[in-house]
Amino acid sequence: MDKIINIGQYIESGIDSLEENFSFLWSSIDNGISWTVENLNDLFLSIPFIVILILVAMAAYYAYARGRLFTWEGFKKGIGLTVFVILGFLLIYGMGYWKEAIETTTLVLVSTLIALILGIPFGILSAKNNTANAIIRPILDFMQTMPAFVYLIPAIFFFSVGNTPGVIATVIFSLPPAVRLTNLGIRNVQPDVIEAGRAFGANENQILFKIQLPLAMPTILAGINQVILLALSMVVIASMVGARGLGSVVYQGIQQNDIAKGFESGLGIVVLAIVLDRITQALANKNKK
Amino acid sequence: MTLIFGKKKQEALALLKKGVSKNDILKKTKCTVGVNKANFEIEEGEIFVIMGLSGSGKSSLIRCLNRLNEPTSGKVFFKDYDITRESNKQLLQTRRTELSMVFQKFGLLPHRTILENAAFGLEIRGESKEMREEKAREALKTVGLEGYEQQYPSEMSGGMQQRVGLARALANNSSVLLMDEAFSALDPLIKSDMQDELLQIQNKLHKTIVFITHDLDEAMKVGDRIAIMKDGVIEQIGTAEEILTDPASDYVKAFVEKVDRKTIITAETLMFKKPTLIQYKKDGPKGALRKMRSAGVDVLPVEDQDMKFLGYVWLEDMLKLEKDKEQTVKKALYTDVPSVYKHYTVEDMLPLITGHHYPLAVVDEEGGKLLGLVTQTSLIIESTRFENEEVDRLIEKANDL
Repeated sequence: MDKIINIGQYIESGIDSLEENFSFLWSSIDNGISWTVENLNDLFLSIPFIVILILVAMAAYYAYARGRLFTWEGFKKGIGLTVFVILGFLLIYGMGYWKEAIETTTLVLVSTLIALILGIPFGILSAKNNTANAIIRPILDFMQTMPAFVYLIPAIFFFSVGNTPGVIATVIFSLPPAVRLTNLGIRNVQPDVIEAGRAFGANENQILFKIQLPLAMPTILAGINQVILLALSMVVIASMVGARGLGSVVYQGIQQNDIAKGFESGLGIVVLAIVLDRITQALANKNKK
Repeated sequence: MTLIFGKKKQEALALLKKGVSKNDILKKTKCTVGVNKANFEIEEGEIFVIMGLSGSGKSSLIRCLNRLNEPTSGKVFFKDYDITRESNKQLLQTRRTELSMVFQKFGLLPHRTILENAAFGLEIRGESKEMREEKAREALKTVGLEGYEQQYPSEMSGGMQQRVGLARALANNSSVLLMDEAFSALDPLIKSDMQDELLQIQNKLHKTIVFITHDLDEAMKVGDRIAIMKDGVIEQIGTAEEILTDPASDYVKAFVEKVDRKTIITAETLMFKKPTLIQYKKDGPKGALRKMRSAGVDVLPVEDQDMKFLGYVWLEDMLKLEKDKEQTVKKALYTDVPSVYKHYTVEDMLPLITGHHYPLAVVDEEGGKLLGLVTQTSLIIESTRFENEEVDRLIEKANDL
């Protein structure tokens, strides 16, 4: 069939001109992200496996047993995830994918951080301003329904292959829950508390930082948890544009039809996902007072 | 002052000025008239109660005072300056320093401790941590919450949470307290406690308090003056007694009908003033008899030359003294009689009428001057709410038995 409407062409030429006119911007973004990812990677890899194992196990225990660390009750709550962290990390280490697991974690951390830095302010904006909300919402819908692979194309175009296009695609893919849940959290704050703030003469900033954000925090933390999990689910797709880590091992497994490799690295991703999810979720729940 | 909710405020306001009713305005412009031309003054140091059923506009009205609701027309003066003309910045300053508010739903911050909640107003104002915590501790002490500083609102009962709300308002040390149905969400017993406590605090601090309630008994208990609202209109403003004894409209009359008048109506209202008096020094039995005859009674009060109330004398004793050629009423003076002050309520006076036949003498607190008399019949009529003839009929009936 003949094409009558040629949106794709317009987008392509738009992206072309962006690439040409802002090349300085793209290269500095590329440099910044690559530098951060590489240095974080080196930092994590310079720490012995056993130290990271102990630190993460302690974090897991703390997240679940907070407030009653050295009681039997706290022990019962915290021991499950702690044991899981120890066994899971030993499994990854034993399978020989520790370096890749660290690379993946770094990618997830950096993407999550960028997604939050962008997402939370937009969430606040759309909570405070109905017009902004009306504009932002369909954009988020668009970002979430567009197949994630599509983001890879412009990402490659701007940043060629490597970690940067992976991070950028991951950020776009994982950003929406940060915006949505920040918005939701702020909008759900009881109006009578805000009225009390106003009655005592709080200005807009004071209402935001002293009332709305603290009370929206459990919802925002749930959003952060979602961002992390979405970022992790992007690692395999991001590996198609050259992002390193467990995702790229899975990708190799597919290309080489290597079942063992694919399953082992897939298992590693599952372990990371469970650990990150449970720890952040526990921290989010504890914040509901 | 008028407050209208909706989009076509000016159109609605114009209609309201033409005298169109609230319902017709709602139909024509889809605007709700919250407050309709309310006009009143609140004295410094009084508890001014605005009372009405839900939807009467009382909460909308109190929110106009600190402009949480922007009045559609009209002005709010605080001392000499016009709050409605303040810039946003001035308004924030007024809210921070002059007007503190207490809310029906408390409006506490769940993620903060009691101390931090009580210090909230001061924090907004930008006071240092030590200063605000010191003041907050002081305010918590005033409302009886010493020792609870480090707890969280969710760990406290409703009554205690509202004490925190009150402490937050007191900590600001503003001269005006706006209390929006502050005790309405509390259990009856706790509510009554809080009312007592508020009155105690008021005795010490002498704030100007605007108190919103839908509970007439509460209004009568705490209010120095009461404004009764209906459909956004203030129907009457007055003291509890004025409203009870002289309701301005049928609505107010119907409203106050069920109130327990015994605790509100005072001796001052019931007494008949300037009764005929017998001068202890001047009037002998003869004079007393003359006065009794002209007043048509068989008992009269006696005062001394300093106008101090002494007691009563009876007609038959006077006749006897006259026969005995006594020159003074001294021998027949009954001094062992109850007297009351003018602020005594019917409830206070009822027990005093048992066991004798005297009217109750209302005397001045200084000097003991007789101000008036409260008869037993008027007390019974007041407490039973029977008409005069009805009482007569009941007595007749009882006599027949």
